[in-house]
Amino acid sequence: MIYIGAATCGIAAGALDVSESVRATLARHNIEARVVHVGCIGPCYLEPLMDIALPGAPRISYANMTPELAARIVENQFLRDDPSLDFAVAHLGKNGDAEALGLPPFFELPMLKSQVRLVLRNCGFIDPESIDHYIANDGYKGILHAFNIGAQAVIDEVREAGIRGRGGAGFPTFKKWQFCRNAPGEDKYIICNCSEGDPGAFMNRSLIESDPHCVLEGLLIAGYAIGASHGYVYINSDYKLAIARLNVGIAQMKEYGLLGDDVLGSGFPFDIIVKEGAGAFVCGEETALIASIEGRRGMPRSRPPFPAISGLKQKPTIINNVETLGTLPNILRNGATWYRQFGVQGNYGTKTFSLTGKVRRPGLIEVPLGIKLREIIEGIGGGSWRPFKAVQTGGPSGGCLSAEYLDLPVEYEAMANAGSIMGSGGMIVLDEDTCVVDLALYFLHFTQAESCGKCAPCRVGTWHMVTLLENMSKGESRPEDITRLQVLGETVKRASLCGLGQTAPNPALTTLRHFRNEYLEHAKEGYCAAAVCKDLVTYSIDAQRCNGCQLCKNVCPTNAISGVRAEVHTIDLNRCIKCRACYEVCRYHPLAGNAVVYASTRRTVA
Amino acid sequence: MNEELYPSIFSQFKGEEGELITILLRVQEAIGYISQEAVKRISQFLKISENQIYGVASFFSRFRFDEPGKISIKVCMGTACHVHGGSLLADAVGWDLGITYGQATPDKRFDFQRANCLGSCTLAPVVQINDKIQGRVLVTELKETMKHREEF
Repeated sequence: MIYIGAATCGIAAGALDVSESVRATLARHNIEARVVHVGCIGPCYLEPLMDIALPGAPRISYANMTPELAARIVENQFLRDDPSLDFAVAHLGKNGDAEALGLPPFFELPMLKSQVRLVLRNCGFIDPESIDHYIANDGYKGILHAFNIGAQAVIDEVREAGIRGRGGAGFPTFKKWQFCRNAPGEDKYIICNCSEGDPGAFMNRSLIESDPHCVLEGLLIAGYAIGASHGYVYINSDYKLAIARLNVGIAQMKEYGLLGDDVLGSGFPFDIIVKEGAGAFVCGEETALIASIEGRRGMPRSRPPFPAISGLKQKPTIINNVETLGTLPNILRNGATWYRQFGVQGNYGTKTFSLTGKVRRPGLIEVPLGIKLREIIEGIGGGSWRPFKAVQTGGPSGGCLSAEYLDLPVEYEAMANAGSIMGSGGMIVLDEDTCVVDLALYFLHFTQAESCGKCAPCRVGTWHMVTLLENMSKGESRPEDITRLQVLGETVKRASLCGLGQTAPNPALTTLRHFRNEYLEHAKEGYCAAAVCKDLVTYSIDAQRCNGCQLCKNVCPTNAISGVRAEVHTIDLNRCIKCRACYEVCRYHPLAGNAVVYASTRRTVA
Repeated sequence: MNEELYPSIFSQFKGEEGELITILLRVQEAIGYISQEAVKRISQFLKISENQIYGVASFFSRFRFDEPGKISIKVCMGTACHVHGGSLLADAVGWDLGITYGQATPDKRFDFQRANCLGSCTLAPVVQINDKIQGRVLVTELKETMKHREEF
């Protein structure tokens, strides 16, 4: 068996070319082997990954494959019986195999060592398009157990397990369910929220691409618990692969009697419908999501009534995050006591994060709650490229935490107290090359564009915040603007109607709290320490280093660089558009002297 | 315009108001944008006003109302790409094509969009040209690629 990691990230890294080359090699030599496209195993920095498992031998992982290298490894393995251990990174065999092969076990790799994989347990191991693989790995045992104990007992079990909403707010899952179960009415709905609009988050997408059935089983369990007859999966229409895999999964469930008028003979009718969203961040908000499913503009409404009482088509509706649902089969199968061994008091279980940004080992990770941020960033992520500056959690709604918060445990309350939020799982590491003013501007730009426009604090407030930040990044603001920004942020936070507006100022407010000095530098001195804010940066050529190779002159789109061969070049700042082409060429080209520098200079205060 | 197109799309639906967004998505997949004709046809099919359809379609960022260029160039503007300098890439493409994002070149050959996140954050910064995603792109690399743009 040959496994190739082919979720979106793997495909982007070139997994399909690798797979094509492997197939061609196998065909050329008449080798009988199955090539399986599996999902994402997590350590994206090793993509594309290829695993080879022979009967009676441990499965071996090869990282950073290219089509040529993969073909060579396959040939060596099958024609010369040589597993090419030089290219292998780890094995997935038994304990004793490590010494024999001289390879570490996969889950002992530094990136995976501190992780606990419950939701992601199947990711990268099973064929996502095969329900049989899922069933062979204890799939659908959770729903069978649920049928045995009855709906109310399922809710009790989930209460006992103490799982809280993994979408970020951390509301106890059982409470919502109980409201909905107790609500009068026959028709009830359960919705799986895979809107995942944050830029820089891909946990839910990866989970569905790698193990769709665990989410579908979770939906079934939740539907059974609250007495719903219809389940919806609301998913971003950009997630083509995930949608395709969900549809395959649903068709297979129908074939196996897991959906229909009478699920597995239990008398429980259930059907799942996939609804595609059309890209609006605000649709992560429950009431906006419902509006969008009903075919209206995705605008939130004021609550109460809560959707658990009156939601989709005015019927009681529960909306759970993908990850919450994906966890349910584990809880039902293994029991609440088993689940409570992970995490800490009040924050039980695990949480997935997409760890990206300026970190050495980015990827999809799952950690027990209560783990320290330091352990995630330095242990799993391998630290940042340049000295660590901050970590942004929770996407545009979350906040930035500076280095002094590195020992903060990852728990809902602790994160909220520090000014950030747990969020749905985006975790972006920032190093010294990141400017916080620019980052706050970036997020505010995003929320301002995504604001639905229904309430004034959010619609107008975010616009003004963007303007203030823009002026700051241009060095055109005064120190009073910082106070103005803060007051405005607090107002937007307090007065907005829905979660989007209430959290939109967070990136600005938390960076103001931890990095006020940087804001002051921008406002007073027109100085951007990280040299990111374009208007505050100038490019120049270091005369000591310039060897006159003319590469920068050739690459400059505006002819701003002049100089004759073998003499020092100069940049005409009036023409320079700061596109960074000259810097890159000078830094990375073997002939160049690494002479182009860009930096921000402090303005002398008059 | 193919006469069969709309009937074949509509035949997959029951004609309920709740299906509007899915219908719009299918139409956009078929012809690349939401044309005036499409809005008229959908309004007849779902028996709702054209205004209502424009209202919904303009709310969501996915829908566009002008014809896209043939070759699509998307620069990712996700957070991870942003901190790795994605906006410099967007500027470079813009300079090269002489248009800004959200536009197509006047000859409708190239289409330049920003994406909120292409889901390949670990390869940041990324650029998608047609269906192919390029990761860890440098400005100079992108310029080099753009030189061969007629061959995409």
